[in-house]
Parts: sequence; C-alpha cells; structure tokens
Amino acid sequence: MTMKKAELTLGPVLFNWAPEVWRDFYFRIADEAPIETVVLGEVVCSKRTPFFAEQIPSVVERLQAAGKQVVLASPILATTERERDGVRELVSSAGDFLIEANDMGCVAQLGGRPHWIGPFVNVYNEATLAWLARRGAVSVSLAGELTEPALSALAAQATLLGCELEVQVFGRLPLAISVRCYHARAHGLHKDNCRYICNEDPDGLTVDTLDGEEFLSVNGLQTLSHTYVGLTHEIATLQGMGIRRLRLSPHTCDMVAVAALFRSLADGVLGAAEARAKVLEMVAPAKLSNGFFHDREGVIDTAAL
Amino acid sequence: MASFELICPAGTLAALRAAVDAGADSVYVGFRDETNARNFPGLNFSRKELAQGVAYAHARGKQVFVAINTYPTAGNAGAWHRAVDDAADNGADAVILADLGLLDYAARSRPKLRLHLSVQASAANPEAIGLYRDAFGVRRVVLPRVLTINDIAKLTSEIDIDTEVFVFGGMCPMAEGRCSLSSYATGRSPNRNGVCSPASHVRYETRGSKLVSRLGAFTINTFDEEEPAGYPTLCKGRFTTHDKASYLFEEPTSLNALHLLPDLKAAGVKALKIEGRQRGKAYIAEVVSACRLALDRFDRGLPYDATVLDRVTEGGKDTAGAYGRAWR
Repeated sequence: MTMKKAELTLGPVLFNWAPEVWRDFYFRIADEAPIETVVLGEVVCSKRTPFFAEQIPSVVERLQAAGKQVVLASPILATTERERDGVRELVSSAGDFLIEANDMGCVAQLGGRPHWIGPFVNVYNEATLAWLARRGAVSVSLAGELTEPALSALAAQATLLGCELEVQVFGRLPLAISVRCYHARAHGLHKDNCRYICNEDPDGLTVDTLDGEEFLSVNGLQTLSHTYVGLTHEIATLQGMGIRRLRLSPHTCDMVAVAALFRSLADGVLGAAEARAKVLEMVAPAKLSNGFFHDREGVIDTAAL
Repeated sequence: MASFELICPAGTLAALRAAVDAGADSVYVGFRDETNARNFPGLNFSRKELAQGVAYAHARGKQVFVAINTYPTAGNAGAWHRAVDDAADNGADAVILADLGLLDYAARSRPKLRLHLSVQASAANPEAIGLYRDAFGVRRVVLPRVLTINDIAKLTSEIDIDTEVFVFGGMCPMAEGRCSLSSYATGRSPNRNGVCSPASHVRYETRGSKLVSRLGAFTINTFDEEEPAGYPTLCKGRFTTHDKASYLFEEPTSLNALHLLPDLKAAGVKALKIEGRQRGKAYIAEVVSACRLALDRFDRGLPYDATVLDRVTEGGKDTAGAYGRAWR
C-alpha cells in the first residue's frame, strides 16, 4: 500500500475567545500554519454564535486565499427552535463548502451530498461507517475514545469505502456535552443570564478533585479532559493504518508551532520523542495523555509510565 | 384509554415478574454481556431467561423489550448481531438500539422486529428522529434527558412516531451516549462497555475522620462521619473550581417527574420509563406500584401523590432535571 501524505486539520475553536482574538488567530493560521483544512464554527453554545458570525466572512476569505480548505461545522447539540434554524440555515447556505455534521439532525439534512462527519457523531464500528459513507460522508473525524484495534478495523473499512478518517492528535479531549452550563454554575449564575463568563477561560476552567489534583476542564456546556491529547508516538501507527488526517484542536498556545511540529512528525523529519518533549513544554503545566489509543484510562500517558 | 404506557426495568427474572405483577405495561431487559448499558456483574438475562420472561409477560398481556444499546466494537460486532437475532427469536416485542450500524443490521435482517431508539442515541430534534424513522423504520424514540417539557411538546408535534421519556430513577446531567467521562477515569464507558463509573474501579478510603470515595485514580467525594457516603458516580462527585468545592455537574439526586404527568400528557408523550435495571425486585415492586397507582388515579381525574417515591430517591433528594428550564 502506498502511503498518502498526511494532512493536518484544525478543528473548530471550542472556547469562547474574544471575536477579534478569534479572527486574528485564524488570520495567523492562514498566513503561517502548514495546515490543509480548517473547520470553522461555534459548536458548543449557540449563545456565542452571533459574536463570531460577523468575523466568519473575512476569516474564510483569508484562509481560502492561503489555499486552505474550509469546512463549516454544525453544533454538537441542537434542541431549541433557534438552534435547529441555525443548522437548517447552515445546510441551505453552505454552497460549495463542505459541512462537518456534529449531530444526527444535521446528518439527516446532508443525505446524498458529500459531507464530513465530526467527532461528536458516534462512529464506533465498520457498519456505522459504511452506512454514513453510503449517504455521502467522505471524511469522518473519530471520537477520542477509540482504541488502536478499533481504529485499525475502521481504517480497513474506510479504505474499501473510499472514505477518509481523521483522529485528534493534539488538544484537550471533549468528553461530554450537556444543556446545563457548568461555567455559569461554577459562578453561581443561570445559563439564561450567564454573562458569557466562559470567556474568562480561553482553554477551559480547571476542575480539581478535592485532593487538589487537576482532573477536567469545563467549557460552558462542554466538559473536556484537563490533559492534552498528544499522539506523538502513535502517528506512525495511524499512518500505517491508512489514517491520513490528523486533527489539531485549537488552544491559546502557539498553534502555528504545534502545526509545524506535527507536520514534521508526520513527514518523518522529527522524531516522536523529540516531538513529545516539545509538545509537553507547550502545554505545561498541563500534562499529556494517550490512554484511549492504548485501551487504557483516557487520562493516562503511556510514555510517562 | 390509559394516558401513558408504563415501561419498567428488570435486571433479573424475579424483577421482571415483580414489575409485571406491580402493574408494568412493558418491561425492558438486557442480555448478560456488553451489548447493553447496564452490564453489571450478576445482572441481566440469559437467552433462556428471556424466553421465560416473555412467556410470563405475554401470558398477562404485557410486553418485553430488549435493550441492545451499547455501540458494537469495531472488528467484533458478532455479540450485538446475536443479541438482535436472539431477542427476535425469543419473542421480544421490541429491541432498543442506539448504533446506526446495528439499526441497519436489525432493519435488514429482521424486518418484522419492532425497533425503538435508545436514549443512548441522544436523538434530540425532529430532524434526527425523522432520519431514524425513514432509514430503519424506528417506531419509538426514547428522548434524551436534555429537553424541557416545552421542547418535548414542540418535538412530538413535529414527529409521527411514539415518544418515551424517563419519569423516575437515576439521571445523567450529560447528553446520554455522548459522554466519555467514565472511560477517561477508568477505561470503561457506557458506549463501549455498558458501564458508567464501574464498581470494579471504586474504592473507599478512610483519611482521619473522613471517608474518601475514589474512582480509578481520582477522588470523587469526601464525607464527614455523620454524612451519608454516596456511590462515586463521576458526574455526581464534588469537585473544586476557583478554590470552591461543589457538586459542579449534578448533586447526588434522582429524577422524579411524577408531578409533571399533566404536562407530559399535554406534551404528547406516549410512554413513561422508570430507570433502574440494576435494582432489586423489592425496589422494582415498590416503584412500579407507586407509579401505577399515580397513573391510574391521574387517568381517572383524581388527585395523586407525586411525593410517594421521595423516600426511595438517591440521597433522599429528587429533581425534575432538564424538564424544567431552571435546571440549566
């Protein structure tokens, strides 16, 4: 099997960044980052959507001018009228843009046209992958919970289907979504009057155990790992399976440097051990994890055992 | 005609009989393996027990549903296919599924088998539910516990399949089937293994006068001597943000929506579900009887006691959860 060149995908910014910071982040990605595809959109909380909406056209233009493919992400949860309207509007106005569906309601509206499946749609096995591919999914970004044997079986099926697979190799891992806002709750506020307090924590609000151990990270309705997934030693294995797309999830650390590092790693220019040391430095004081890949507790970093 | 169908849990044949005797319209069960979301040691049904349970229920005009609501493992879906086949062959009235690939398998290989969509599929809007109906012929959806009563009313007016909602028992603050908190700490998850915060990974430690509950490598809660110690379900633990300890995600509460029967009826809900396949037959008998009594009185336009189950709720506290907007 000839190995196709790995491609880097930048997932959507999951956190509530100031609109100009958000815009400037993408401008810099457009200008400097060795990334093939950028997935754009507010996927966590519909209350934040208006802030970014006005920045999107200029960001898209800048990314496309730099030769990046832009994919538009749908929200993880769409329950209210307004949220459902938002998904319908996204689907009907996307034009030539690919949409990454993050819930089954969006998947329903994309049947028969090429689309991406995001990591918030459950794809655990070959039959599900095949069903989605038959309806037009051309690329599937897999959930972080999948183990190496599961990824391998899915990759074999994806090859037969002509569907691309993607795995998150960098960033805090989304673990849960709710309609309850934990950021508001942590501040004694209600979701309807949240004061957009999640903007205080651009990489998430640290949740400690009662022992003072860092455990989770809260981002409004979303709960993420406190550790950053860092699949450095696993990239060669992923590539060997035929998984070509590697997802980086945005944080406030230098994402251009993160992209350059994973580019070098995927190209075999940089060794895994050296890459790991550099990634560790970038996310400090947070730690890295790769447990799910190795069929362990997700929090575990097998390279540190 | 009764306002609601009452759907009751059973983890053993004895519990199934107790549920039927106490007034269940339907009982839902799982096989003794990782194909269902209550994959606990010593719980659930063999094929033979399912056949016996179905015979018991059918003889009394009641139904049995089989939950096969975890996500089949890549490269190893055989157990899930056998579960669908054996549920059908042993007379189950419906299977409750979550995975797209398994729904596809069931719809193709067992076209006469009635399919329900599990809460673990987290289908939270009419577009998603319509897809499951159109693609697989799903006849009923168990709604995720992320919807308010108003959301449910709007939703039922837009779909043409039955809706089932949870009325009593344990509840997740997270969207079901979309949560990896348990496996992050223990390596074992609801979606893959049918367990959440499994007992195999729970330890209690004494530290001075405090009792500490641990899940995997993490402290989930600590209790003073007088405080009753709860089970360390991850999302119902006490954690610290901004140097302040709190039940950040959810208090150790149970769902109790019995007082909402008029609203649930007005919202067009068809069936009410009790959580708790892991519970013993005495608990099942008590909860099912109480719900039956409340539903019968409600149907006859009589006042009913919505607090009747307060003493069996987790931590003695209950909540209407996401059904009320204030919960958010």
